[in-house]
Amino acid sequence: MSSVAQVGGQATSPAAAATDRFYPARRALETVAGPVAALLLAAIGFSIFLLLLGKSPTDFFALMWKGAFASTFSLENTLQRAAPLLLTALCVAVPAQLGLVIIGGEGAVVLGGLAAAVIALPLGGVWPPLVQILMAVAGAAAGAGWISITGLLRARRGLNETVVSLVMAYIGIALFNHLVEGPLRDPASLNKPSTYGIGDANMMGPIPGTELHPGLAVGVVACILCWVLISKTSLGFSMRVTGGNLRAAQLQGLPVQRLIILACLIGGGCAGLAGMIEVAAVHGRANASLIAGYGYAGILIAFLSRQNPLAIIPMSVLLGGIGAAGGLLQRRMDLPDATVQVLQGFIFVAILASETMQGRIAWFQPRAKG
Amino acid sequence: MTTALAVEAVGITKRFGPFTALGDVSLKVAPATVHALLGENGAGKSTLVKCLLGYYKADEGSFLIDGKEEVIARPADADRLGLGMVYQHFTLVPSMTVAENLVMSRADVPAVVDWGKERADLEKFMADMPFKVSLGAEVGTLAAGERQKTEILKQLYLQRRFLVLDEPTSVLTPQEADEMLSLVADLAHSGSITVAIITHKLKEVKKFADEVTVLRRGRYAGKGRTADLEPADMTAMMIGEPQAPASVERRGAAEAEERLLVTSLRTEGDAGRAGLDITKLAVHPREIVGIAGVSGNGQKELAEVLGGQRVPASGEIIVGGEGYTATRDEAQALSVRVLPEEPLRNGCVPRMSVSDNLNLRSFDRDAKGARKFWLNGSAMTDRARRMIAAYGVRAPSREVPIGVLSGGNVQRCVLARELDGEVKLLIVANPCFGLDVKAVAEVRARIVAARNAGAAVLLISEDLDEILELSDRIVVMHDGKIVYETPGAGADAQSIGAHMLGSH
Repeated sequence: MSSVAQVGGQATSPAAAATDRFYPARRALETVAGPVAALLLAAIGFSIFLLLLGKSPTDFFALMWKGAFASTFSLENTLQRAAPLLLTALCVAVPAQLGLVIIGGEGAVVLGGLAAAVIALPLGGVWPPLVQILMAVAGAAAGAGWISITGLLRARRGLNETVVSLVMAYIGIALFNHLVEGPLRDPASLNKPSTYGIGDANMMGPIPGTELHPGLAVGVVACILCWVLISKTSLGFSMRVTGGNLRAAQLQGLPVQRLIILACLIGGGCAGLAGMIEVAAVHGRANASLIAGYGYAGILIAFLSRQNPLAIIPMSVLLGGIGAAGGLLQRRMDLPDATVQVLQGFIFVAILASETMQGRIAWFQPRAKG
Repeated sequence: MTTALAVEAVGITKRFGPFTALGDVSLKVAPATVHALLGENGAGKSTLVKCLLGYYKADEGSFLIDGKEEVIARPADADRLGLGMVYQHFTLVPSMTVAENLVMSRADVPAVVDWGKERADLEKFMADMPFKVSLGAEVGTLAAGERQKTEILKQLYLQRRFLVLDEPTSVLTPQEADEMLSLVADLAHSGSITVAIITHKLKEVKKFADEVTVLRRGRYAGKGRTADLEPADMTAMMIGEPQAPASVERRGAAEAEERLLVTSLRTEGDAGRAGLDITKLAVHPREIVGIAGVSGNGQKELAEVLGGQRVPASGEIIVGGEGYTATRDEAQALSVRVLPEEPLRNGCVPRMSVSDNLNLRSFDRDAKGARKFWLNGSAMTDRARRMIAAYGVRAPSREVPIGVLSGGNVQRCVLARELDGEVKLLIVANPCFGLDVKAVAEVRARIVAARNAGAAVLLISEDLDEILELSDRIVVMHDGKIVYETPGAGADAQSIGAHMLGSH
């Protein structure tokens, strides 16, 4: 009786309580309008930044378009960069359904890559597709296992998953470096310590008719599967209930601890798969090239996507494009290479700010008729 | 000592968009009196005092404080004038102690707090108060009743000269409520404070208020001296015609075999309070067992254990002859349902839709109760539509987040969900907290109907009137233990009250 909403509710006489049929449509529009407005605002803010540097914003965005999307070559470059991001973003977005903030995907990526490289070594001469499947299983299992340690500590002992996952990422990277530079090192890799190669036969070739490696397809399929899991299954519903109100989930008897661990397994598995694809499609072996910040970029993308697995697809392409255009911008406009990171920062802040506007603009809100 | 203020609101109008929450309402509160502001939910009582306290800006009208017109545009203006409010929803910081909350609420907290001196001052202040709260207790560990007391203490500590109490006694025992209201009335009559009480409890108005102003649907509906008015007159002003909500009759006798049997149940105590220590508690089919007790004596813990929100240290819970640990499968198989206290906080996911919230019990079950993997969107929508119609839930759309609904409508949703289908055991905690007269009658009728249909009902409530009205059998909890048991028919409120306070 003391809130505006309730006063409003009281005003609705039974006859006028007919449902607002267009509310679901307006709500859907609101979820799209927010990020779009945020991207525009970020572009405007970044333009001011460029003007202060004495550079032309129109040249910048034209070059960016050229470097990221305009030609087949630049588009392939963009999509190539987007591929691992699709999977690492899922490592954030799936646990986020339960209200967990997992930021340690980088550890799962490198250990997933390492596990994939190692399992291929004794399998010389085995049918390559089988080797690739085993590599994928090993990579996903390593990533899933790694992130699920964080999930276990959270579920059973109540430790803060954000801090644990970050620390675990550092431990994972250290473990990776130790193994690659020590017991698992190929003595022939002099300047860049690496494991033995998986062999050319076991490399994943491009998607037919393109230069793109299959990781892109894997990532898109994973995003769609995760979306289906979260929005169409009772398991995903249970996760969303737990993330929305833990006490309500307990009261409904939902297995909260198991859900937490499961979400971490799924997310970690995706990140581990990203590492496997980097090894099987790009590097051919596990080395420091795997520690490229994909896990951290995934955090950014998951937040930009508002933790929606389908939105991860366009956002990964956008961020992949910004990365792909970086070199061209640097050469043509004489901008420092951190400039694109400034743009990313603007986008991130604008998107987070737009989240706070959800539910605040009256036009999108439910209306009582009459 | 402060001196009481005279407060007058003249012709206040407040609109929210096209909706007029308050139309040309005037209120005159004489200094050093207790003034009741009476009305149903949505009558505009809270809106009026929020305008007075600067939380809302009135569209029209003016305020006279001690006869002088004052502009109250912000809460700070009200603070400066010495106007304060105890909210129905709590405003304390849960992670801080009572002492820290009190000191922090002052406008003049020094950069470095001399806690030795503050503590001594607070202890002196507390010694003059008729009800006590442990200064060192963390507010988050206090039960609702104790928090409410702390809120009142805070306002007294801040030396308010005009104090609004928003439904102050809804969580207190009769003894506590009487004690607190007489303290407040004494303070007012001694000339140090003027009090306005927002309430819909007629008994309190009659007993403690000097004057009453009644609002109905955002309009002034009458006023008078309480000495001259009968409860029936006030009810008539409040809802248009004098009528008491009809209570549903309890029909049929309890069955012999226990549906719920709790034995040797213990939990760890928190923050110096004893945990649960229940030797035996049984509830039979077609029986409502009411658990009375001063808040903070283990009722909340008991509700949490039975609802799966707290793990007991030891003990056994048997439902229908089988061990029960509150998992989803057990609750499903044994038809155990829970109406938690503060349903939005404990039983709903505020940002999920009304439709999703209505399906929390059943989204993963097919018609036979077996688990299913895929959600069935159309079945969920149909179920939501059916429940909304059957329980008269008022919502702009099934798809709005349940958090935007009023308290009464949230409770209707939870009732609809938990009472759907066969109910063998129903655990209920404070089901009517903060609801208006009509909603209260409706909720109680639903609970009794579930009992008449064969459910065993455990009713945990801090409202003794509710327990007396509904229970077949009453047990009293004190310090985590069951200390008294009596049949509901002919139960003596005074002796229950004495056991609640541990002074029998």
